[in-house]
Formats: sequence, structure tokens, C-alpha cells
Amino acid sequence: MKNRSLVSINDLSKEEIFKVLDLAEEFEKNPSQKIMDGKVVATLFFEPSTRTRLSFESAVNRLGGRIIGFSEASSTSVSKGESLKDTILTVANYSDLIVMRHPVEGSARFASEVSPVPIINAGDGANQHPTQTMLDLYSIRKTQGTLNNQKIVMVGDLKYGRTVHSLLMAMSQFNASFVFIAPKELQMPQEYKMFLKDAGLKFEEHTDLAENIKDADIVYMTRVQKERFSDPMDYEKVKNAYILRNHMLEGTKENMRVLHPLPRVNEINIDVDDSNKAYYFTQALNGVYARMAIMASILGLK
Amino acid sequence: MNDKKHLSVSAIQNGTVIDHIPAQNLFKVISILGLDKIPNLITFGTNLESQRLGKKAIVKIADKYFEREEINRIAIVAPHAKLNIIKDYVVVEKMLVEVPDEIKGIVKCVNPKCITNFENVTPKFKVADKKNVSLKCHYCEKITDQEHMEYR
Repeated sequence: MKNRSLVSINDLSKEEIFKVLDLAEEFEKNPSQKIMDGKVVATLFFEPSTRTRLSFESAVNRLGGRIIGFSEASSTSVSKGESLKDTILTVANYSDLIVMRHPVEGSARFASEVSPVPIINAGDGANQHPTQTMLDLYSIRKTQGTLNNQKIVMVGDLKYGRTVHSLLMAMSQFNASFVFIAPKELQMPQEYKMFLKDAGLKFEEHTDLAENIKDADIVYMTRVQKERFSDPMDYEKVKNAYILRNHMLEGTKENMRVLHPLPRVNEINIDVDDSNKAYYFTQALNGVYARMAIMASILGLK
Repeated sequence: MNDKKHLSVSAIQNGTVIDHIPAQNLFKVISILGLDKIPNLITFGTNLESQRLGKKAIVKIADKYFEREEINRIAIVAPHAKLNIIKDYVVVEKMLVEVPDEIKGIVKCVNPKCITNFENVTPKFKVADKKNVSLKCHYCEKITDQEHMEYR
């Protein structure tokens, strides 16, 4: 991975994924290693994403690197009409690595082609967010002991949710089976179902949550957003159907864990938080280790 | 169908005949090959009966020969096109169009949120399906299918 950009999780081979996960594990054991001393990381957030930005910045800080950047585009030359290419070529002069979040899809791939320094995609619109996928994989492996043969239940907005799409693609390399639980407006797109069919992997589709999580290894929750519905009535009808509550966890596998990319609004009731099956906040912590591992690999420090 | 006294499209002495173009895509072929910008003598016929395509079109370009790469650019709109290379009224060579693995330029990405529709970036695609011709954007990774193809 040295000197390579990370734009999509699909850019990484199975071996490279394992390498990053192993390295993240090492950072979890020993999070303060000043191996990025003297390195400058630029965090260019053309749209705000506080969580992702803080996670990256925490990772850089723990490794002893320095950070420059911006957290929204309105205060930068982008608002004066500067092209993405010019911004990237300029910032590349000031940094060893660029972490970029941009609302336009494919912007990260384009940036990686013009940039003389590696780019880490921290989300390009609805397209890719590979470091999120990496921390999801890390969380699954850590809680289940393996990535192989997992039964993954995905809940909520499966149509627009880029995290579930990327996770599906990544887990398909490990003989996963899937259960999709979504309102009919927000079901998993056909292209992903075709992909699973072609790969010979099992999946089921349901609209009911409580009934279908009993034999899950991972329940991956996402937020059902009101804005996704053309008719607000349709939203009102389904909004309570996809809320995970503590009593639903009865009879689920002992080792099952609930994941969520956060921010949560109400799709996981707070009474789940005290369950030992709630894993979403630890999952966010894992994001720091995963990002440390990715940056250290790209900078060739590990 | 053809009246014996009347040739649908007259013969050329030297040049290239492109046959089996789907009639609805004739003008796309003309634009992709830049035929609207060259001084050569060009004749075409369209909505000719074809067993395979329903309605087909044919283009005859005098004194013009194409490179393979150039001609493969029309594969996305006319995957079954056949080329006859004419020298002195005789067909000296036949060529079939091949759908390439990659397409650069030509087609616009269907995704309005794709970087290629925002900045000065040339669209680039991997051909995801050669038979029905669908294209996967190199940048936003979305699929543009035949039905939604727009040409630049």
C-alpha cells in the first residue's frame, strides 16, 4: 500500500486488508507510537463530517503527526471557484498525505490521479468511504474472531447507504450470508443482489426487523432518513418499524453484536446501549486504530 | 423493397461503407466519427429494412479509411456494424466492430453527481457488459446503460 491512494475498499486485496487489520490490532495494544513525527497530513473536508474528521485527526495526533486543513469549503478558495484539481495540486505542496471528504462522487478517484501525494478518500458523496468499511471489518473480526462465514443482517436505508454497499462488497470475499431488512422504498439495489447471486452467496429480504435477527452474527443498523421519501406519509408509516429495542435482542446469539456507522438518531433505542451486544461506540473507537493503520501503511512507516 | 431503377444509396469508388447501424443511432455514429466535420463526400440511407435490426442505416464515406481504434468507438451505439473497405468499386476488406474494454470520452456519465459532470474531467468507463453495452464509470463507479447513454 506504500505511496498508494485509498479510494475504494475494492482497491485492496484480501491480503492487504488483513495486513491493515493486523496493524490496527497492534495500534490498539499500543496506541501512542510517534512514528508520524515530522509528517504533515492535510484534512480537506469540502463538506462537514465532524466524526470522520476527528477520528482521522485523533489518529494523526496519536502517531505524532501534524495536521493542516479545513472542515468546510465555504471558508476556502473553493468558494471563489477554484477547481478541485488546483486545490489538490496546491495542498499537495504542503503535505505528505491528503485525507479528503467531498460531496461529488468520483472526486477522490480524480484527486488521486492528479495528486503527487497519496489521497485517502474519507467519503465521496454516496460512492465510497473505505476507512469506514475497514473499521467495520475490524469490528467484525474482533468481535467474531474471524471474517469468514458471517451472517450479516443489514437494517434501514439499504438503497442509499454507502456503508452497507461497501461492507457487502468487502464481506462477499469471506463467504458471508446476508439478510436485508428495509422498507420497500429503501431496499438493496438490484446491482448488489445480482452481484451476490453471481458470487453464489445467500441473501434474504424482509421488511420485519424483530423476526429476522435471531440467528445473526452481526446486526448492522443504519438510519432511515425522512428526506429519502417522496411522500412524507410513507415515512410516517415505516419510521417506527426499523427501530431496534432491547427486548428484541432476547433469543439472539450470545456473540451477536449491533453495529452502526453513527450518528444514530432514534433507530437504536437508548435501552440497547447498556446491552453487551451494543458495539457501536467501540466501533467508532476502532475507527481510530483502523485509520492509524491505513495512514502508517500508506506512508510506509510500518 | 428496392426499386430496380433506384439505388437506395449509391455506390462509391473508394472509401468505407458502414452497414448494419441501428437506424435510431445513425446520427450518433456520424457524430462519434466526426463525419459532420470532414469535407469528404458522404451518402447515407436510413430506415432501411433489416431482418436483424428492424430498421437499419448505412453510411458511405468516399476516400476515407478508419483505424481500428477509431472504428471501435462506435461499438457502443452500433455493436453489430460491418465495415466494407472499398477500392475501385470492389470490397477489398471487411471489418467487424469490436466493443473495447474501455471507453474514454464519447459518453457522458449518467450520474448527475459524478465528478465528470462537475469539473473538466474526461469521462472514462470500463465496459461492464459487452453484449448489451453497459458502462461502469471509472470515477463514481455507477453504471450507465444503453438506454441512458448521452453523447458528449
